[in-house]
Amino acid sequence: MSEVLLLWIGRDAPPADLLEGVRTRLVREYGISVRAVLSEERPEEAFDARRGQHSSSRILGWLSGRHPDARRVVGLTDADLFIPILTFVFGEAQLGGRAAVVSTARLGDTPRIPGEAGRIALRLQKETVHELGHTFGLLHCRDATCAMARSPSLRHVDAKTPTLCRACRARALELQENGDVHEQEEHANPDRR
Amino acid sequence: MSKKSTRILIVDDEEIVRESLSGWLEKDGYTIGTAPDGATALAMMDERPWTILLVDLKMPGIDGLEVLRRVKESWPETAVLIMTAYATVDTAVNAMKTGAFDYVVKPFDPEEVSLVVEKIVAQQALVRENVILRKALKKEYRFHDLVTKSPALLATLELAKTAAKSPSTVLVLGESGTGKELLARAIHAESPRHAKPFVAVSCAALTETLLESELFGHEKGAFTGANGRHEGKFEAANGGTLFLDEIGDISPKLQLDLLRVLEERKVTRVGGTQAVPVDVRIVAATNRDLTRAVEEGRFRQDLFYRLNVITITLLPLRERKEDIPLLVERFLEQLSSELKRDVESVSPEAMAILLAHAWPGNVRELRNVLERAIVVSDGPVLEARHLGLTLKAGEAAPAHPASLEEIERRHIASVLRQTAGNVTQAARILDIDRVTLYAKIRKYGLKRAEDGEFEPATPAR
Repeated sequence: MSEVLLLWIGRDAPPADLLEGVRTRLVREYGISVRAVLSEERPEEAFDARRGQHSSSRILGWLSGRHPDARRVVGLTDADLFIPILTFVFGEAQLGGRAAVVSTARLGDTPRIPGEAGRIALRLQKETVHELGHTFGLLHCRDATCAMARSPSLRHVDAKTPTLCRACRARALELQENGDVHEQEEHANPDRR
Repeated sequence: MSKKSTRILIVDDEEIVRESLSGWLEKDGYTIGTAPDGATALAMMDERPWTILLVDLKMPGIDGLEVLRRVKESWPETAVLIMTAYATVDTAVNAMKTGAFDYVVKPFDPEEVSLVVEKIVAQQALVRENVILRKALKKEYRFHDLVTKSPALLATLELAKTAAKSPSTVLVLGESGTGKELLARAIHAESPRHAKPFVAVSCAALTETLLESELFGHEKGAFTGANGRHEGKFEAANGGTLFLDEIGDISPKLQLDLLRVLEERKVTRVGGTQAVPVDVRIVAATNRDLTRAVEEGRFRQDLFYRLNVITITLLPLRERKEDIPLLVERFLEQLSSELKRDVESVSPEAMAILLAHAWPGNVRELRNVLERAIVVSDGPVLEARHLGLTLKAGEAAPAHPASLEEIERRHIASVLRQTAGNVTQAARILDIDRVTLYAKIRKYGLKRAEDGEFEPATPAR
């Protein structure tokens, strides 16, 4: 239960060093042990033919049923993600849950363009720190440079750093010390009808 | 405002939309609720209103436009964002006409919907801040019959409130008409002695002998006319508070007698031999400069020290002009009912005069001026001519004909002078908002003089 599993579930093989870059970033930001793995399986049922995109929520469902020994399962993919109400998402996480997913699809042009691979890698680190933060219970941060700032566009992603601000870092530590909250509170929320 | 206190209700018949939108918005820290139809949404509004509603336009039963209409009717402060799968000009126009904050087409661009929600939250924070500010503006500090908005007087009244709880002697200083007796009564009412008597004595009103007998009482035959035994005010106030007004006016002999009573806590009636123990809390007041009287040998230093345990100084009205509108409002209410007249307010011109007056007689003079004005008034609004006060030189209306703009310019400059450059206060008197006043200050080139007061600049040619 001690380590976070970083799972590549993309169609193509990940660019060199991409997973390792994210892994070291997560270790540094959260002080946790992280293992990167190339998954054999793919969440095929997450593909929505009508939209031509993958449902991030369905991927989360798929991920959370796997690797029960891992503390968190973070899927990384090159598939374009969506949630039903939005045109796309960079990633999604279960708030206080155990699964998160981040995609490189909207994080830049093809990595074959010189310099672009590095940009995509950095953006992916930022978004993965962000989504994993949600699984620990962190909410969006008002500090635009904090990794937990909401990033509805690439401009927002580029405006932030891959690190947590002091307040979010303290909150992350506190949340981790108080034990992981896996139960989604919304199921007990009388205001969800 | 914390994000948690922003309550967003998502109303959509599609569960997947409710789930994905609530999951997405809750990461911002908002409190999220969901409703599958219009009826549930309205019932949830009834239970406790939500700050923002995201409503799907097409729903079975009560549709989005109807939800919007009913919400705007009963909870106008709730912002409604309409969600629609197909935006036609008609639906958009309809939604906006009915009072929707905006409408978004499904699926949303994440940035677009983030921005709209942020905009609503920011706007609502402003509305809320405005309400709080307006309340604060209206907020008056009340200590029994004393009301104020002046920070300086507020601090004084706070001190009095604290002092009231202690048994210590209080010395109230202030010009006549500033409310020294009201403060003494308030201190008594707030003290542990409030159930016991409050006895007031005006030391300046009586001759030395009469005052002596008034304070300490007398035995039968103590002096000519002393036909019976008389209990003094000290004894009458036993267990309670004795208010000695105009203490600075008492004779040297009485100063000594009073000092003795304060030291021994016992009184001996005039012509008597037996000292009666008394438990009295003293609140003394004067409009004289006691320190100077002590220096000049007119007031005993030891008595001064006895009295000067807790000193509370009441500001003259001219130093708390921000209280004038508040006092006017209160006096109008009181006097209208006392005099059985329906006077509701004063005109802006009359208020300008009231604010400009120096008030040597302080709050009492203000009350008297208003009483007179109500008596001579002929309608619900007191006009300048009812006050019987005149504007100081320099503030008089121009004798020669002037343009409307010129008069407005002079009037604004004059009100700003009266409020010592306080724009908020001036805007209140002028009954316009601050933004408008700032625009006019710019327009007329009113600038601050070196003393901080506004003055009209020479008009540009």
